[in-house]
Parts: sequence; structure tokens; C-alpha cells
Amino acid sequence: MENKWFTISVYSENSVGLLNRISGIFLKRHINIESLNVSKSEIDNVSKFTIVVYTTEDWVRNIVGQVEKQIEVIKAFYHTDEETIYQESALFKVASTLLFDERNIQNIIKDSNSQIVTVSREFFVLAKTGRRNEIDDMYQQLKPYGIMQFVRSGRIAVTKSEMKISSLLKEFNQ
Amino acid sequence: METLKKEKTAPSKQIRKRISGAEAIIHCLLAEGVDLIYGYPGGAIMPLYDELYKFQDKLTHILTRHEQGATHAAQGYARVTGKVGVAVATSGPGATNLITGIADAQIDSTPMVCITGQVARHLLGSDAFQETDIIGISTPVTKWNCQVTKASEIPEVLAKAFYIAKSGRPGPVLVDITKNAQVEEFDFSYEHCTGVRSYNPYPKPDIKAIEEAAHLINSAKKPFIVFGQGVILGKAEEQLKNLVEKAGIPAAWTILGLSAMDTEHPLNVGMVGMHGNYGPNLLTNECDLLIAIGMRFDDRVTGNLDTYAKQAKIIHFDIDPAEINKNVKADVAVLGDSKVTLDMLIPLIKANSHESWHNEFKEKYKIEFEQIIKNDVYPTKEKLTMAEVIEEINIASGHRAIIVSDVGQHQMIACRYAKFKQTKSNVTSGGLGTMGFALPAAIGAKMGAMDREVVAIIGDGGYQMTIQELGTIFQNKTPVKIVVLNNDHLGMVRQWQELFFQSRYASTVMVNPDFVKIAEGYHIESKRISERKDLKATIKEMLASKEAYFLEVKVEKEDNVFPMIPSGASVSDIRLK
Repeated sequence: MENKWFTISVYSENSVGLLNRISGIFLKRHINIESLNVSKSEIDNVSKFTIVVYTTEDWVRNIVGQVEKQIEVIKAFYHTDEETIYQESALFKVASTLLFDERNIQNIIKDSNSQIVTVSREFFVLAKTGRRNEIDDMYQQLKPYGIMQFVRSGRIAVTKSEMKISSLLKEFNQ
Repeated sequence: METLKKEKTAPSKQIRKRISGAEAIIHCLLAEGVDLIYGYPGGAIMPLYDELYKFQDKLTHILTRHEQGATHAAQGYARVTGKVGVAVATSGPGATNLITGIADAQIDSTPMVCITGQVARHLLGSDAFQETDIIGISTPVTKWNCQVTKASEIPEVLAKAFYIAKSGRPGPVLVDITKNAQVEEFDFSYEHCTGVRSYNPYPKPDIKAIEEAAHLINSAKKPFIVFGQGVILGKAEEQLKNLVEKAGIPAAWTILGLSAMDTEHPLNVGMVGMHGNYGPNLLTNECDLLIAIGMRFDDRVTGNLDTYAKQAKIIHFDIDPAEINKNVKADVAVLGDSKVTLDMLIPLIKANSHESWHNEFKEKYKIEFEQIIKNDVYPTKEKLTMAEVIEEINIASGHRAIIVSDVGQHQMIACRYAKFKQTKSNVTSGGLGTMGFALPAAIGAKMGAMDREVVAIIGDGGYQMTIQELGTIFQNKTPVKIVVLNNDHLGMVRQWQELFFQSRYASTVMVNPDFVKIAEGYHIESKRISERKDLKATIKEMLASKEAYFLEVKVEKEDNVFPMIPSGASVSDIRLK
């Protein structure tokens, strides 16, 4: 079975220690977490983990089963890239002089659809949201001019199909 | 939106409303029906022990000689009663000493609640005396764990702990309680937990899957059942028997499933796995339908997965969705409590007998009997064998004893040859393979089943890992029968060295102390035998004793356990020698 990119979505209670419990499942199977994002979800007091892994479908199915088994996990899913809408965000800190001295920098900003978050005397910060390859392209374009700092977020994703968490929770409260 | 479902319990009249966290722990335990706990005191848990002193008429605390012993005793108690075992320890080393037992309970699905003391809240994270991150350490080996730093949190957390430990697929839960939370006072009230919204312990059975399973069973020519502990945990022994008898299907057990069905039942064909019986292993690869009930296809059961039951359709009954398709892909998966799902299945099953198929098992048994069993149980050689000791216990106890085995050759022999009429009678460390398990587990088993004979079968290696629990037996006058099958070796490792490491016996020879003298030091009646002529009478004498009894049996030093599926080999490659 071939390795593929999978996005794992985990809906959970907001509880201390759950991240440790979940990451331990990946650790046990020696699977690298390519990216991890934890945030609130569409439901009050329910957290959402978005975890990206590169592995086989058999393994991701097993992992998701073991994640879902954790007491404080409400539901866990895995999806392929085709089944999700996903984005990442990145920040580039660049020297301010370049904004005026290098004409091409302005073209890069325009072409990449990135935003200037702040400009100061010494540096300016660009924010870019998009697919991993778009961020990588922008990185490659800016690199020759010098990037003072770079950071990229984990993937965030929503799925094309419904997850039905609310109805699950409603069932419990009946 | 609520995350827990609770059920108000009638408050006991004696409870003052405003009480300390430590006293609250006692009331929570009593409300959960606990009357016996195992543990070991220490600094951070002293407030709780002070309350245990005051409540000793209602709640018995058994002082083990090591915290590991407390967990195994709690496990033994849980395994024979079906109730939640409770173990208590202090912070730091007390807590870390629980880990082996917790890991054992996790992999063998044993309901257990462990309560640990922790340094006061203001000291957390400061590397205080006897501070250890037991939540971090125990996370991978607990079903759930939680740290409590305020007294007011105690009732809800403990209620949740008991609910989680015993519901669904049972398991161990650890609750870590800081010292300040034990001392603080608060207004106590208790509500049982009856549901956790993020946790679905009893998946609803899918009638379609059950119908499909019934269809496969009804049309199978060579169906074969393998049952595990899920049958015992689900209290589905009667259902299993009904299914087996109605459909006429030969059934074999995993070592944790042992005793769920009378070992003498004509359709009980024995044990699967590495040292299981010849027929069940070999015919796994000849059946046309494998029906797995409450078992998890452990590697010691399946051998090489690539050659495991590939010719057969597979039906997997289990309560834990994470077990489905984990190791073996199921054609039909039936999720749910085994009692519920089997009850739904049985009416759809057509009566059958599968006589010629069953005869294949009988044929294989004959081969195994001639080549192995006969020599094991009725040996003609001079030295005693482990199996003849087990057989004498079978005869003397009328198949009614609880057998608690440790880990190694004697365990495999005990599981192969012990006979059981009653369920919950085989207590052993299956998944984790914890040497040192049996002696403390036998204490818990005996305390959980005082009306039954409890016999611990232990090797000379494992015995010395928890031998200090003789002190617990002595102090509490626990009438367990302890049989050490002494071959002066770490026998199973020695066997592997002989078979796979060209007899290089690295660190497997044991120079043992005088075990009888050690038992005498604890004032436990004891005896050593090495000759066949003494065996029958001594076993009788041991079982007739109303007190604890220690028996050392000197057995053949270099016997091997066969049949054997070499590690990583196919079940078809099972060796008779």
C-alpha cells in the first residue's frame, strides 16, 4: 500500500493532557506528525485537532481508531487531500530597504496575493495563506533577497463531507 | 451542554456535609461499592490513610509489600469478581511502582482504579520531594487518567474514573490527587457517573452485520470459533455455549478466554496460539469461516499475519471498534457487547453438527496426544513434569480451582492442561507477560473468591520478582496455595536459547535459595517434593489445608513446551518437537 497525505480531524473535549495522549499514539507507531493545529471548532467548548501525516491508509485507519478510542475524543476522521479544503499560513519578515530598492519584491507581493501585515523602518512582514506549494514558491522567490524570519502554520482544513458532530452530541444529551 | 451524565445517590446519613478531600475519597469508594483496596502508604497520601484508619470497619485496606503487588492483587480481585480493583500509592516512587500493573491491566482489559498521592498544588512542577509526573508517565498505559488539585473535584473525577474503568472494554484509570486536595474541606455530595459524552462504551449492534454473520455461519462447511476474554467480560458464557451447541461449531480459546467455556465440553477443542493445541492452530488455516469472539488477534495467537486464515472468511465480534481490522481484516465486523450481539445472532442460526469437520480436530488431537500430551501428563521418565503437577491439581480440585499463573513455561503448561468448569477461573498475565504477576494476583483472587480454592502456579524466576508478597499472605492469613514449579532456569527463555540460539544459555540458569525455608520464615506451611510417588498425596494435603500452603516441586530442568509456533512463523508451521 502506498504512502499518501492524510488529514486527520479530531473533535474532542477541551482537556489538559489530551494532546499528550494523542501524540503518544503516533509515537508508538513511529509516525511523524507533519503538521498539527489545535483550535476551537464550530461547536462551543469542543476543540478540533487537525493533524497531517504521510502514511498508508491501513495505518491511518488504525491510528484514527486508536485516537477515537481515547475517552475525551468525541470523533476522529481521516481524509485525503481531494476530500478536503485546506490551507496553511506563513509569515515572512523581510528588510524594509528591499521594498524600495528591489522592484521585483513588489511584483512578488502582488503575484502571490500576500498581504503586508506591518511595515517599520527596519522590516516589513508579509502574510500569505494558501496551499503548501504556493507558500514554498513564494519562499523560493523571496529567498535570494534575504528572509530575516520565516514561519509556517500547520494545515487547517474543512471537509467536503459532513461530520455530524452536533447530532452526535445532541444524541448524548437526550 | 453537559459532558457527563450523573445519577444522584442517596446520601449516607453519617456523612457530615463539610468534609476533607481525603474523607471524600473514602465516601466515593464506598458509594462505588468498594470494600477492599490494596496499597502502600507514604508522605503524599497520608491524609487518605488517616481516613482509612477511621473507616477500617467499612473499607479494608490490604498492605502489600510493594506497590506493584497492590496493582496485581487488585487485578486478581477484578478478574475473578468482575468488579473494579482498587490500588493506592503515594507520589513519586510509589506511583511509578504501579506502572507495570497498570500496563498489564491495560493490555488485558482489567477494570482497575489507581489512586496516587501527589505533592501539594503549589509545589507541582518544582521537582519537589517525591514529585513525579505520574500523569505523563501513565498516559500511554491507562484508559484514562486525571490529576485533581482541588478537593471539590474529587467526587466527579472518581465517579468518572469508576465508570470508565468498568464500562465498555474495561481498563485501568489513574487518579492523581495532590496533598492539599486531600486536606481541604468542601461540601460533599456524590453522583454516580452514567455517561461521558465523548465516550461510547457500548456501540449499538448493527442488525445487518449480524444477519450477514448468520448467513456466513449457516452456509459454512468448516466454521471455527476462537473466543477471548470478551466473552467473560461481556458475561456471554451462556450465549457462547448456546451458539457452539446449536451450530455445532468447534471452538478454541485464547489464554484470556480460557474458562469461558467448560474445558471438557465436547466442542471445546483447546487453545490457539504459540503453545496452543495442534488442531486449533493447524486447522485455523483450513477452516472456511473463522468466527472471532471478543479477541484481538494478538501476534502470539496469529503468528505470521500474511499466512493467517487467508482461505477463510472472517467474522469479528468485538466491543472495541479500534480492534476491528487492526491486525486481521474482517469480512463482517459485529460491534457491541458480546452478550447482546450473540443473543441477537443465535435465533438466526440454523442447527448443524459439522461432524466430519469436528473429527478433523479429534484426529489432530490424537497426534498431539501421542507425541506430546501423553509424555507431558503421564511421563515415564524419572523427573517430574510440570504438566503432571497441573493434572494432579485438576484431579484433586475437581476442575473447580481458580488457577493463577505467572509467565513462562509453567504458564503455558498451566493454560494447556488446567481444567475448568467455571468461568473467571484462569487468571494470568496474557498481553504484557508480566513475570511476578501470579503471587500478588493470587492474593487478590483469593480475597475476591474466598469460597473457592485459589492455586498460584509460578516458576522459580517469576516467584522471586514479587516473593515479598509472602509477607502480605502471612499478615492477612490469606489461604492461597502456592506451587512453584522449579526447574532452576528461566525456562522459556532457556527453551528459546536451545531452539533458536544454539543452546547458548545466557543468564538463564538460576541458583536458587531454599524456597521452603523462606516460606517458613513467613510461617507458611511448606513442603518440597521431587519424586512422583509424593505428588498425589502432597497436592491433596495442600488443597486440604485451610491455610496458606507453599509447595515447591522440583521438575525436569530442560523440558520444552510443545507444540510451538516459532515467533513470526505461520500457524501451519506448528512444531510438535
